[in-house]
Amino acid sequence: MFDWQFFVLLLSNGILIGLMYSLIALGFVLVYKATDAINFAQGEFVMIAGFVVAVAIAAYGAPLWLAVAVGLAGMIAFGFGLERVMLRKLIGRPVIAVVMATIGLAAVLRGFGPLVWGAGTKSLPLPIPEEPVVIGPLFIPPIQILGAVVSLLFLAAFGWFFLKSRRGIAMRAVADNQQVAMAMGIDVERYFGLAWAMTGIVSALSGIIWGNLLGVDVQLSLVGLKVFPVVILGGLDSIPGAIVGGLIVGVVENLAAGYIDPYVGGGTKDFAPYVLMIIALMVRPYGIFGKAIIERI
Amino acid sequence: MFHRESGLLKVTYEADMALYPLPIARWTVAVIAVLAFLVVPLLLGDYYLSILNLISVAIVGAIGLNILVGYTGQVSIGHGAFMSVGAYTAANLAVRLGAPFWVSLPLGGLMAAAIGAIVGIPSLRIKGLYLAIATLAGQLIIEWTINHVTWISGGVQASIEVPRPTLFGMRISTQREMYFFLLVFVVLAIVGAMNLVRSRVGRAFIAIRDQDIAAEIIGVNIFRYKLLAFAVSSFYAGVTGVLYTYYLGIANYEQFQITTSIDYLAMIIIGGLGSVLGSILGAIFVTLLPILIRTTMETFGGFFFSTGAILNIVPNLRLIVFGLLIILFLVVEPEGLNRLWRNIRSYFRVWPFAY
Repeated sequence: MFDWQFFVLLLSNGILIGLMYSLIALGFVLVYKATDAINFAQGEFVMIAGFVVAVAIAAYGAPLWLAVAVGLAGMIAFGFGLERVMLRKLIGRPVIAVVMATIGLAAVLRGFGPLVWGAGTKSLPLPIPEEPVVIGPLFIPPIQILGAVVSLLFLAAFGWFFLKSRRGIAMRAVADNQQVAMAMGIDVERYFGLAWAMTGIVSALSGIIWGNLLGVDVQLSLVGLKVFPVVILGGLDSIPGAIVGGLIVGVVENLAAGYIDPYVGGGTKDFAPYVLMIIALMVRPYGIFGKAIIERI
Repeated sequence: MFHRESGLLKVTYEADMALYPLPIARWTVAVIAVLAFLVVPLLLGDYYLSILNLISVAIVGAIGLNILVGYTGQVSIGHGAFMSVGAYTAANLAVRLGAPFWVSLPLGGLMAAAIGAIVGIPSLRIKGLYLAIATLAGQLIIEWTINHVTWISGGVQASIEVPRPTLFGMRISTQREMYFFLLVFVVLAIVGAMNLVRSRVGRAFIAIRDQDIAAEIIGVNIFRYKLLAFAVSSFYAGVTGVLYTYYLGIANYEQFQITTSIDYLAMIIIGGLGSVLGSILGAIFVTLLPILIRTTMETFGGFFFSTGAILNIVPNLRLIVFGLLIILFLVVEPEGLNRLWRNIRSYFRVWPFAY
């Protein structure tokens, strides 16, 4: 007998979690879209943002709006600074150089957070109710609703930004062809910085939401590992792709965890998205919405 | 290594590719061999030998990874998992069938080579970033499989105790015996890699790294050589896993997680991509780094911090220094320690008439 209620529960949970993955993946996509750089430290960005906000609330007693503002400002400055100090020097170098540099950055951030703010798990309280909202058979924690709403809002905002705004179009031009963009009078380096700053904003929001959900410590950076299946499935440079990829990964991992976990003893959640991703890499490496100009080998 | 001719006097390709560029080079190698095999183990105590043993294991793995990343230009974030494949294969063989190390070690390497070649299959279709992510997936999937299939991992804590290796009825158990045991494999790994990269196969690897399309046009079978690079590199990784397992006396997946893969990548980047000497220097550097940080903090940290704080500081400081070094080398000296060494050498080549 197929248990519909269980299935719908897993599905709704997957959709909401998936949208929250989309938000993290958006940070990755923004940078890749504008600068062709791959950020292996996306999860650590989220973690650091979570640390800043949680510490501002807990240790300095800042009100929530101030803590969030500090987190946003801090991450924007961090994004700008990082581009300036590290990534600008790596422009034009082989892919592995940027990959390794961001892996190194990830190590630095993972050491820096606990070193400065302590290794213990910090809570990040948000003024929303704890009790799940009950809709028919569904139990939905309010934080997931908030996360999904924020995700959709920002995905729409950045979608609009790239489609309509002057800066967004300039950024697409930079992504398309740096030399032509330069010749047309676009300050390419400034837009690189801007892209990293936007990633900072998205990471700060992800950090607040995921930090509330999981608690802030080093383990928070592990959500970054979910980014790769999401962006590979959706397409590395596509904002709609980030949504669709996030939804697929969220739903698949929840269904897998619900139906396969009892047989293998747990852990399917982290495993299933990667299997899906390998299949996607073999069949359609540029993803569902990505630009299909992958180099022939 | 330490000696130079007074100019470029080579007239044949063979002379340029020779392992010993000058007759005196044989003597240098002989002196290093005597130092490594006789003087060092006689002079040093167990603690220093244990550090050298860790370095030996790391050298084998770093050379293997460098064959793939440095020489063939294919990224792999899955080498930790390949090591675990070798480790668990050998551990299962040794425990279930009572296989001696000279059976389980090559078989562990071959198993890792097979798995590595399978993980490398996507490299035929994708490259660069996509390949990095595919090998990352390989790492996570292999890790998960070993962890969840008790037939492989031996159940409790996913760890298998292995008996000490024996040779001619002699058990290799002390650090000093282990040192000789590991050194033999280090020498094999170095000689193997140096000969591989100057052979036809090695030149094909380098051609693929430099320009894959051009390589294909001049007749390098990309399909074969990419998979071969993955297989050879994973064989080294598998052997590394087996050696580490014999060294620790236990096969445990925690020794081969993603951080291990990153450690080895850091070794070859800090040491120098596409260079055997660089792999060795990088392996030494990255292995010594945490030991140095710990010793320094334990010696001097007490003046500034409480004991509890130091316990928090040491691992985090290691991560920070480690990450900063990777970034620093990538930004400032992409060719790593090997390049610094070459710079020093070419400085002295014309010294004291430096112009």
